[in-house]
Order: sequence, then structure tokens, then C-alpha cells
Amino acid sequence: MAFILKKAAISALVALGLFFLMIGIRTEAGSSGQLIYWTRFGELAAMVGAVFAGSIVIELLRRWIGPVGGVELPAGVRATFATLGRLLAPALLIFALLVPVIFYKERYLLDLGILVLTYVMLGWGLNIVVGLAGLLDLGYVAFYAVGAYSYALLAQSPLPLPHLVDGFPFVAFSMEQLGPWAFWVLLPVSGLLAALWGVILGFPVLRLRGDYLAIVTLAFGEIIRLVILNWQDLTGGPNGISGIPRPTVFGIPLTPGEHGFAAMIGVPFSPTHRLVFLFYLILALALLTNWATIRLRRLPIGRAWEAMREDEVACRALGINITTTKLSAFAIGAMFGGFAGAFFATRQGFISPESFTFQESALVLAIVVLGGMGSQLGVALAAIAMIGGFELFRGLDQFRMLVFGGVMVLLMIWRPRGLIGHRAPTVFLQKRTEISSSLVKEGHG
Amino acid sequence: MTTEAPILAIDRLTMRFGGIVAVNELSFTAGRRQITALIGPNGAGKTTVFNCITGFYRPSSGVMQLVHDDGAAFRLDRLHDFRICKYAKVARTFQNIRLFPGMTALENLMVAQHNTLMRASGFSLLGLLGAPSFRAAERAAIDFARHWLERIGLTERADDAAGNLPYGDQRRLEIARAMCARPALLCLDEPAAGLNANESAALSELLLSIRDDVGTSILLIEHDMSVVMEISDHIVVLDHGVKIADGAPRAVRDDPKVVAAYLGADEEDAAQVMEGGA
Repeated sequence: MAFILKKAAISALVALGLFFLMIGIRTEAGSSGQLIYWTRFGELAAMVGAVFAGSIVIELLRRWIGPVGGVELPAGVRATFATLGRLLAPALLIFALLVPVIFYKERYLLDLGILVLTYVMLGWGLNIVVGLAGLLDLGYVAFYAVGAYSYALLAQSPLPLPHLVDGFPFVAFSMEQLGPWAFWVLLPVSGLLAALWGVILGFPVLRLRGDYLAIVTLAFGEIIRLVILNWQDLTGGPNGISGIPRPTVFGIPLTPGEHGFAAMIGVPFSPTHRLVFLFYLILALALLTNWATIRLRRLPIGRAWEAMREDEVACRALGINITTTKLSAFAIGAMFGGFAGAFFATRQGFISPESFTFQESALVLAIVVLGGMGSQLGVALAAIAMIGGFELFRGLDQFRMLVFGGVMVLLMIWRPRGLIGHRAPTVFLQKRTEISSSLVKEGHG
Repeated sequence: MTTEAPILAIDRLTMRFGGIVAVNELSFTAGRRQITALIGPNGAGKTTVFNCITGFYRPSSGVMQLVHDDGAAFRLDRLHDFRICKYAKVARTFQNIRLFPGMTALENLMVAQHNTLMRASGFSLLGLLGAPSFRAAERAAIDFARHWLERIGLTERADDAAGNLPYGDQRRLEIARAMCARPALLCLDEPAAGLNANESAALSELLLSIRDDVGTSILLIEHDMSVVMEISDHIVVLDHGVKIADGAPRAVRDDPKVVAAYLGADEEDAAQVMEGGA
């Protein structure tokens, strides 16, 4: 009991220190600019008292429930959970495929689905860098921005293209002449440009680890955003770029005209067609990312990424080139970020630097960490929970962030290694096992 | 004893860290298909020599030449980092085990075959497309790994995380992992540290079979005299970064200078321990 009281007293003391200025004193600018302040010690006392009481309650609950994770589930329940776990991924995929059919009338839900899938894709892309290679990247949004701006700028630039073959659909003398094919030609280009920037970022940070790497990548994200913001001639600065070509169904535009997709297949035009198409497009792009990641993990390059996360020195002793291994992780992660960026640009039709702030990087990183670093399914679930959950709490108005933060803290207490906290081996001799997250390293940079 | 040219010839190797001379003008050779032991008291510079040979340190001066069976020669003092393992085929283990703890035993052995598999996977392109040539190469790699797991008696635990294995198994797995890189020279940094008598005996057997059956030359640092005396063909003794003896196990063991340096001032006690160890 004395321990509980002592702990509660310490919590209350910390709360007092924190809230003394924040709640205890209220300041405001007066009519002639002078500082007016008054004290609110009553509220302060209430707050500190709440922390004291809450701390006792939490400690008592902890005694009552017992240590976290100490409960062994019976074998039958665990087997059921395992089966459910195995079925979860296919079930999610089937559900995703059916979303536009089920929610055809609900434009809002379709839009939300597209948004969630964009973050699933970004999460999967960043998972290569953070989850597999163990390189903490806080500037992932830079590659998203590079992809978006590459597509937006190239699609509208009068740059001459080489004349290829007569009659070939891609033939154009300038990017503008790509017409309906713009998105399909420029999507891979945007991805490659983002990958190039991934390598450009990778070189200076090769020797950095952990916190230092995180700081430099964070700065890189900000640099890209500030350059975009200030290079008015090229990017339009804070005004952004509008009139970005919309996607086409492999050359057939989604417009009401007689050459439009609706007329082609003989149904009346509806603006929902474009949403459905965008949904399937981002679903396909996300699945491509997923497929590539799963495949790469089983290739020597993927194993080298994971080995590098586990122990870089041992990798060098085994003849693995750390430079190319790191750069390839940065480049491939960035490439998928670039694809997602190009999709974002074509979906919005308008982009501005405001869409590429640090908050986006933090959100994507939160998705990866929450999902369980390295787990594909975990990242997908986390993206659904984070983006979907954020919408779910919309009714709570200004308390939305508070609830959201609270849920995040609770999740990290219960599942400190993310939703899916174990690692699946890439190859096995006799039986497929799962490796407990306590053994898996997080990487040092 | 064979009359073959030595696999590794080290000539006047010096390694300085600021004002400290960790290794001073060290010269020795390691015989082909032989086990050479590098011994000496703590802080004698043994691990520094290893780090120079395996490319973790760039020596201040000196020449290290490694010659493969086919005559290809490599200047280890000019190669660096991963290239030593990739091109000169020198693999090593570490004093404090450095496995990939979150990966299975089998995966650990697959990572060691990275360079072979990387070429087979067409630098990931062919592998991404699932080319048959890559699948064949991967099957061969798994078979090779399985072969080594059998050799160290860990087939049963192939799919367990390396970090979950008992200490002795981890030591052997690290040796198997180094062998999966198909080295010409295997460098072992205190492989018997922390092993019990049975495990030490099994280790000696494994090292002898690596020398005799695989034909890999071994350079080892070891404090366990029973292992050193039993399996070494040749012993080099270091003290304060200088070579103080070099020769066959029996000759080295009886060298009074070695006894004095290796086990401190009291020669009689030292002699007793050396005898006991042998």
C-alpha cells in the first residue's frame, strides 16, 4: 500500500510540475497589448487530485489483473485464434475487393477506402526501410512528395519526348501529347525518380545510426517540402499545381463524352465510376507493393536487409556489402512511396506542399510501428485502425485527438511490439515456425 | 606436415591506435589445410590481428598475403571490409557470438551464402520473377545449409530462432555459418569460450573434420589449452603485440618464455597449468 501511495504521490508531483504553468496560470493579451494573467489554482488542484486518484486506481487494477501477458490461454482457444489469424488476410483481401460493390452508393466510404489504401501502401513501402532493413526513416513523406510532383510536373511540361515508333500508343513529341496515357507512362517514371532520391538521401546517411539517422531523414523530408514551397517558378510554391491529368482506364478517359469509359461499356455515366476505378487502382498498387515485399523478403537481398537489422558487423564478416544493401532498401522503399505520390496527385488533381508535412511521415511511421515492424498484415490492420479509427472518432470533435492518443498509449502497453509482434521465417526445413518479437532486433540505423 | 605453400603469410604487420602499438612487426604464416593457433595472454593483440586479417581494421603497415589453392593471391592489407570475405574467402566468427538472433538457424546459414545467391538471383531481378535457375540455386543453398546443420547436429532445430538456441549450439552454428560462406581460411575467435568439457571435445572434432574433410585452413584464437594442444598443427604466441614463440605445440608448450608470459610471473605455477591443460 505504501508503494502505491508513494507512486501516486510521485505522479501527482509530476502533474503539478507539468500543469502549474499550463493550467495554474492563464495569460491573455489585453486590449492595449499588455499581458493579463490570473491564477486558476482550483482547477490545478482538481487536475493533480485526478492524477493522484487515477494513479492509485491503475496500480490497484494492475495488482488485480496481474502482470500483462502472464495469462496462458487454453490450447483450444489458441488454436482457434491461430486459424482466425490465418484466415484474416484472405478475408481482408476479399472484403477489399468487394468494397466498391457493397458501398457503391456511399461516396464517403469509397473515398475513405481510397485514403486507407493509400496509407496501407505507404505503410508497406516504409516497412521495407524501417521494418525489414531497420533504418529509422522520419522523412518518408519526401518520396511521396517527389512522386506526386514528378507526375504533376511532367504531365504538364512541354518537355520533348523522343519519337519512338509510329502508331505506338506512347508516341508523343511532348509530355502533353501523352494525353490519356499520361498517368500510365508517368507512374513508373515517378517511382523511379523517387527511388533516385532515395539513393541520394541514402548516400550521406550510410554511416549514421539510430537517432542520428532519424534526425537527418527528418531534415531531408523538410528540405524537400521547403524547396517545393519556395521554388515558385517550377512548383507554384504554396499555390500548388492544379489541373493534373486524371487517370484513365488504360487510355479510356472516365468522362461523360462519347469516348468516355461509360459510353464504351454502354452504361450511363456516373461520377462514382472514377471513384471505383481509383479504389481498384490503389488496391492494385498496394497489392503490388505487398507482393514485391513478400517476394523480396525471400530473396537474398531481403534476407540481407533483415540480417543487417539484426547485426551489421556480422553481415560485413559474411561478405555482404552494407552500402548497396542499405541503398537498395532506401531506393525500393522510396519507389513505392513515389508510386503512392503519383496516385495521390492523379486522385486529387491538385497538390500543394501542405499535403507533405512532417505529420504525414509521423503518421506513416506510426502505422508501421503500431502494426508490428516487418509484418505486412499488421501494417494493413494498423492503417485501417489509424485512418479508419480517426474517422470513427469524428463525432467526438475536439476530444478526438485525446481519445486517439489514449488508445495508442494503451495499445503500446498491451502490445509493445505492435499488433502482429512475431516474425515469420523466410525459409524452413521441417516446419514453419513463428519467431517471438523479443528475439527480433529493431535495428540501429 | 605438408610442404605446400602457406595459405596466409603475414609480414611485419603493425597496428597502431593513436600512440598505442597493439601489434608490432608481427610476422607469421598459416599452413595450408592446417590449424594454426594464435595464443597469448589477455590484451596481447590477438583479436586486433584477427580484425586486421578480416578487414575490420586497416593495418598501419605490413603485408598480408593470402593464396588460394588455385594460386590466386590476395593482399588482405589492401582489401577492406566485406571484400575480404567476398573475394579473398576469409570467414570469421566472433569472441562474443554474433548470430542473427531473430532469424532461424537455417536463415542464418542462408545469409552466409548471400553472394552466391545474389548472383543466381540476377541481383534480385530474376529472383523476383521466379526464374527456374534461381530456384535451383536456392535449393542447392538450402541443401548446403542442411549439410552443415547435420554436421553440427542441429537439423532438428533448423527452424528455431538462433537466439533461442543453447550457448554451445550458438557457437557451433556460428562456425557453420562461416563455413557456409565457403571460405579458404576460417578464422575463429575463441570458439571454445564458455563450453563445457564435452562440448569442447565435440568442437575439436568438428574443427579437425573441417581441416581434413573440407580442406579449409583454420586460424584460431583460443584460451582453452586442451583444445589448442590437441588440434593445432602450429602455434604462434603473442605477448604485448610481439611474437614470442612460433612452432609445433610441444615445442611451444615447453618454451620457458611462453610459460612466463602466458601465465604471469610465477613460472612454476604456470608450468603446472600448462601441463594440466595438455
